[in-house]
Amino acid sequence: MANLTTNFIGIKSPNPYWLASAPPTDKAYNVERAFKAGWGGVVWKTLGSEGPPVVNVNGPRYGAIWGADRRLLGLNNIELITDRPLDVNLREIKQVKRNWPDRALVVSLMVPCDEESWKAILKHVEDTEADGVELNFGCPHGMSERGMGAAVGQVPEYIEMVTRWVKQHSRMPCIVKLTPNIADIRKPAEAAKRGGADAVSLINTINSITSVNLDTFSPEPMIDGKGAHGGYCGPAVKPIALNMVAEIARDAQTRGLPISGIGGVTTWRDAAEFLTLGAGNVQVCTAAMTYGFGIVRELTAGLSHYMDQKGFTSVDQLVGRAVPNVTDWQYLNLNYVTKAKINQDLCISCGRCFAACEDTSHQAISMSADRRFEVIDDECVACNLCINVCPVADCITMEELPIGSTDPRTGEKVGDYANWTTHPNNPMAKAAE
Amino acid sequence: MTQSITTPGIIAGRLHADDYARHFDDLYPAYDAHEAMVAADRCYFCHDAPCITACPTEIDIPLFIRQIQAGQPEAAARTIFDQNILGGMCARVCPTETLCEGSCVREAAEGKPVEIGRLQRYATETLIARNSHPYTRAVPTGKHVAVVGAGPAGLACAHRLAMYGHDVTVFDRREKPGGLNEYGIAAYKAAHGFAQSEVDWLMQIGGITLRQGWTLGEDGTLQDLQGSFDAVFLGIGLAGVNALGLEGEDIPTARDAVDFIAELRQTADLSTLPIGRHVVVIGGGMTAVDAAVQSRLLGAEHVTMVYRRGRDAMGASDYELNHAANEGVKIITNAMPIAIHANGALREVEFAYTHAGETGLEPTGETFRLKADQLFKAIGQTLANTPDALEIDQRKIGTDGSGRATLARVWAGGDCTGGGEDLTVTAVAQGRDAAEDIHATLMGNGA
Repeated sequence: MANLTTNFIGIKSPNPYWLASAPPTDKAYNVERAFKAGWGGVVWKTLGSEGPPVVNVNGPRYGAIWGADRRLLGLNNIELITDRPLDVNLREIKQVKRNWPDRALVVSLMVPCDEESWKAILKHVEDTEADGVELNFGCPHGMSERGMGAAVGQVPEYIEMVTRWVKQHSRMPCIVKLTPNIADIRKPAEAAKRGGADAVSLINTINSITSVNLDTFSPEPMIDGKGAHGGYCGPAVKPIALNMVAEIARDAQTRGLPISGIGGVTTWRDAAEFLTLGAGNVQVCTAAMTYGFGIVRELTAGLSHYMDQKGFTSVDQLVGRAVPNVTDWQYLNLNYVTKAKINQDLCISCGRCFAACEDTSHQAISMSADRRFEVIDDECVACNLCINVCPVADCITMEELPIGSTDPRTGEKVGDYANWTTHPNNPMAKAAE
Repeated sequence: MTQSITTPGIIAGRLHADDYARHFDDLYPAYDAHEAMVAADRCYFCHDAPCITACPTEIDIPLFIRQIQAGQPEAAARTIFDQNILGGMCARVCPTETLCEGSCVREAAEGKPVEIGRLQRYATETLIARNSHPYTRAVPTGKHVAVVGAGPAGLACAHRLAMYGHDVTVFDRREKPGGLNEYGIAAYKAAHGFAQSEVDWLMQIGGITLRQGWTLGEDGTLQDLQGSFDAVFLGIGLAGVNALGLEGEDIPTARDAVDFIAELRQTADLSTLPIGRHVVVIGGGMTAVDAAVQSRLLGAEHVTMVYRRGRDAMGASDYELNHAANEGVKIITNAMPIAIHANGALREVEFAYTHAGETGLEPTGETFRLKADQLFKAIGQTLANTPDALEIDQRKIGTDGSGRATLARVWAGGDCTGGGEDLTVTAVAQGRDAAEDIHATLMGNGA
């Protein structure tokens, strides 16, 4: 079995699976259960300043969307940071870290945007001997209205300023958690780096309304007839998160900045994908909230099994492996020509590929009277839509045309690599080197 | 073809050659990857899942199904084998409708459980087909353990012991290992030689020596084994059979169903195996069903299964009985055999209807006769050739919770012991748990 031990910015954990700062990490009871189940670490639910804690709503905090068979695909929440007294949290953090020295315990923080507030909370956290802090610049609801959370995370200058305070007043490793509710994720990441952050974690949740009640005309989750946008997470947000992680991993300014990947990690495969795009570990929340802490057994066994199959002996060997293959559109090979191919043995003749292609794409699939569906190579632009809508995995595949063969659609020979930057139709084209 | 299902007497070759292959192929074909994915998607990953509790080997079912969902059937197989090294056979023969699937929450929700048995088969076969064995032996301990019986209990015990680094010799009286997996269940439940390929795969752990054709009490005694091994595990099953207690039941055409099933399993060309036009099977358990159904599949025209009590009391599950009925077996309940009528050859079996009376089962006074060329007796198996030194408890070898028999350094498990139903999966659990206790004892950690 492959070794899953990770060392993320000096914080060691037996596996790369941390529970994200959220309800599952709000108190010792949950965190101890998580560690017993096998989680590698946790980011303790966000602490605020001393004084009366925040209050939460007393009606529904979560809304959801579901796929077929009521599989939960996306979850939205309007819960705030911890609503338990600071001293109780600190006492529990200290005890849990003492009980579980081999697990990562990072504390999420969110206090008002002034140096004294940050200095004060950091001192408290250092006393717990927690492994590090994560700055919550991401929470999109409630706290942002009070000038914290995403209100800071959306202003790179604030991120830099606060990060600098944290590094100045504490020796603890510092992770800056980024909000995706921003046009260009690289800007806050660059700011965090300038401020001295040891790592960034992303994504936090996305502003969302999950649904509208058509009887009461109120958004869900509904509180007394009203609803406020909440933070969206779960499997549905993974593609957004993967892109943002990759953007930071490949950007010249932020390349090499450690990343803790967050967003819809549900199986080992999701985690492996985040790792290959540059995340040094992953944080999980919705999957644990949906299925319980027991999923960590699949997450760890699955990653280990995959690594064994691939001959990887440590998680580090996987981290960033796909980053060199993330590029800009202009560099994609325009001479890479493929054609869809339908495996007639697997085809169940539902006709979804035909409907998709005939109605909305390139009329490149034929349908016979006896419901046999075949790709017309002369028309197929290889858009992939038929594969995406086919209910049978691997029934339709993309077959690459070898270099030198003729594409029946264009009548042109498949040539060597060539991209848009040198294409004759590009008015800005440069001569091929 | 001159023979048919209506040809009188006991003859071979009642069917076309193709029919035999079709009749004795897998009852349900294995899932392909797509079917497995669709079936796996239905699992809710229940907390403290009732299916795990219902499994005698306590396989982490939600985890293995989640691993199938996540595209790793081999990892799923590993999860299964960690608890049940014969998880491949159990996937085929377990009465899942009364175990894991019977407790599935989707049975409550939709009356249709997650098809755990077939998913387990998909996972285990994916790994076994790769012919890779996922376990390695620990450093040899120098301890030697004798396992008597190469059935599910003995094999599970031997594998776990071998894994811990002990040397194991498995003794068995038959030609092939596997016990009832090889000799005692319907062919369509273990088609394509699965019992032997599973044993071959299991043996890849190393450190296990098989000694076939060795019968306890004839080729060696328990004392001999105690003298030359550090521990002995008895998984000897139930070698005896109950008799009807009727005059004439010893004629050759009135056979024990277990012998018929064993002969069928070992017959390479089933068109050579004779079967009667009229077959009567007495009994209400799995063995009775397997004998009755296979009689039909061999081309018997009329097969009647007769059980002395009501359907509720039958050992065979509803699923099995429905299968038998689908295959054209007639099932008569509340009737007991009272006479065998023969004139040289078997002609008829006479039954009396029964009802529950004050003194137990009583005849109602009404009787009937069934035509019979062949009679299969399946009214229960019994312990046989048990070493005298062992204490017997309710007609089984007495053991404590960890499989210890009443003699020092002797353990037992499987059908020869009490505790749980006489199922493959129960035998595996008992063999495995005894191995754990043997290991702890041999390494000085035992109580």
